[in-house]
Amino acid sequence: MSDISRVKPFRSPTDEAPLARWSLTIGVIALLCILLYAPLAVVFTEALAKGAGAALKSLTKSEASSAIRLTLTVAAVVLPLNAGFGVAAAWAITKFDFRGKAFLITLIDLPFSVSPVVAGLCLVLLFGANSTLGGWLVASGHPVIFALPGIILASLFVTFPFVARELIPVMIEQGRAEEEAALTLGAGGWRVFRTVTLPKIRWALLYGTLLCNARAMGEFGAVAVVSGKIRGQTATMPITIEMLYNEYLSVAAFTLAAVLALLALVTLTLKTALEWRYADQLAATHRH
Amino acid sequence: MHIEIDEISKEFGRTAALHPVKLAIPSGALVALLGPSGSGKTTLLRILGGLECPSTGRVLYDGQDATGLSVQDRRAGFVFQNYALFKHMTVFENVAYGLRARPRNERPNEAEITRRVTKLLDLIQLPDIGSRYPSQLSGGQRQRVALARALAIEPRMLLLDEPFGALDARVRRELRQGLREIHDTTGLTTIFVTHDQDEAMELADLVVVMSMGRIEQIDRPVDIRARPATPFVREFITV
Repeated sequence: MSDISRVKPFRSPTDEAPLARWSLTIGVIALLCILLYAPLAVVFTEALAKGAGAALKSLTKSEASSAIRLTLTVAAVVLPLNAGFGVAAAWAITKFDFRGKAFLITLIDLPFSVSPVVAGLCLVLLFGANSTLGGWLVASGHPVIFALPGIILASLFVTFPFVARELIPVMIEQGRAEEEAALTLGAGGWRVFRTVTLPKIRWALLYGTLLCNARAMGEFGAVAVVSGKIRGQTATMPITIEMLYNEYLSVAAFTLAAVLALLALVTLTLKTALEWRYADQLAATHRH
Repeated sequence: MHIEIDEISKEFGRTAALHPVKLAIPSGALVALLGPSGSGKTTLLRILGGLECPSTGRVLYDGQDATGLSVQDRRAGFVFQNYALFKHMTVFENVAYGLRARPRNERPNEAEITRRVTKLLDLIQLPDIGSRYPSQLSGGQRQRVALARALAIEPRMLLLDEPFGALDARVRRELRQGLREIHDTTGLTTIFVTHDQDEAMELADLVVVMSMGRIEQIDRPVDIRARPATPFVREFITV
């Protein structure tokens, strides 16, 4: 009977030893502080280094406000387009069997594997004033390169995979049975999409769109190549930040950077708020 | 409705799921497609419902060629293996789906939809579950809701894919009885797929035994028991 006292307290087989648990947790928090929170804090302290007044004043300058306007315009155009393209691509890949499907999936991933600068250069070669197409576009008064259409094209290319990548695994897991059921009940394709598919994928669609938004607002490389960095005209927020920083206008640069970071934080807050608001619904759709 | 399957075959890539099969189903019959997995029974059912396109052959509804008819125009009430209820809709909305999906000029008004859905929920003996979601139902209840949803479109025939597959033995027996009753009240030509020979023999008027994409025997249950046509049938029904 004396053996009983030596039996160790039961620990679940999936639990780690306390030492491992604590050191992992501390390690992760330390890493997050160095890589994530510290830079964010630096951005805001540098922006406010000469007081809130100076920071706000730098935002009222025309180049800052036009950069903000441009970035928001680009995001507003890119988001709905890529949400649409992403849904269409994911729908085609998961609901139909056809030749060249694997190739299409590779094509969707292409923007992730190609350097954004290369993507920008390709657009310049295709639409630049020296190409046939570009020459005609410039002559007809609709230049693409060094203008808004080029920036939108570059952002579209770079952010294309986000929505599709988010949707494909979800749609594969859900299968086609509910769609087939709707068809046998007499619903047409559009009604099936609207009443059955869309409600099932709306969370994945939201996540994909938020990721797409963050990248569209923050994209630097591809946009830097196609925009020509014309101050007050084709300089987006990230590009304006770089130009201001190179001119040692650190308050202006960091204030704009802080605004960009705040825009990202707003999207993140929005997502968290939606998750909190619809927690029951999320749990219900994940239950099988 | 009288259904005729005329030399239907189906290939998926290079593999033949169905060799040309021929089958006539009399109007109002309750028919079981019986066979082990991979015998082609589900493929045949999906071809009847218009969810799969045959590689060769024709499907005739009441003597009329229906091979090219779209899945929506076939008006086949289909009950899927895992029921495929719309998880984000209440039971009421699930059952009402087929009515709301009708073209505007044929769509019943809200009061009429409520009346019909209530009637169907009474028919499946679950009158009080309209406001629940599918995740809140038991397996047997889900199956019955799927049946009500299929009946809501006033189908020309009823097609069921392993309707009792994922249920425990007692619920299966109850639901078998339920399906028999619904078949007898509606008089619909009903075809169900099963791998369970007891189920087929007990419930169906006519049993179609299938194996490897071919039909081995078509007969009444008593005749299949008394005179199995091939060694496969003999072995399959004695197991």
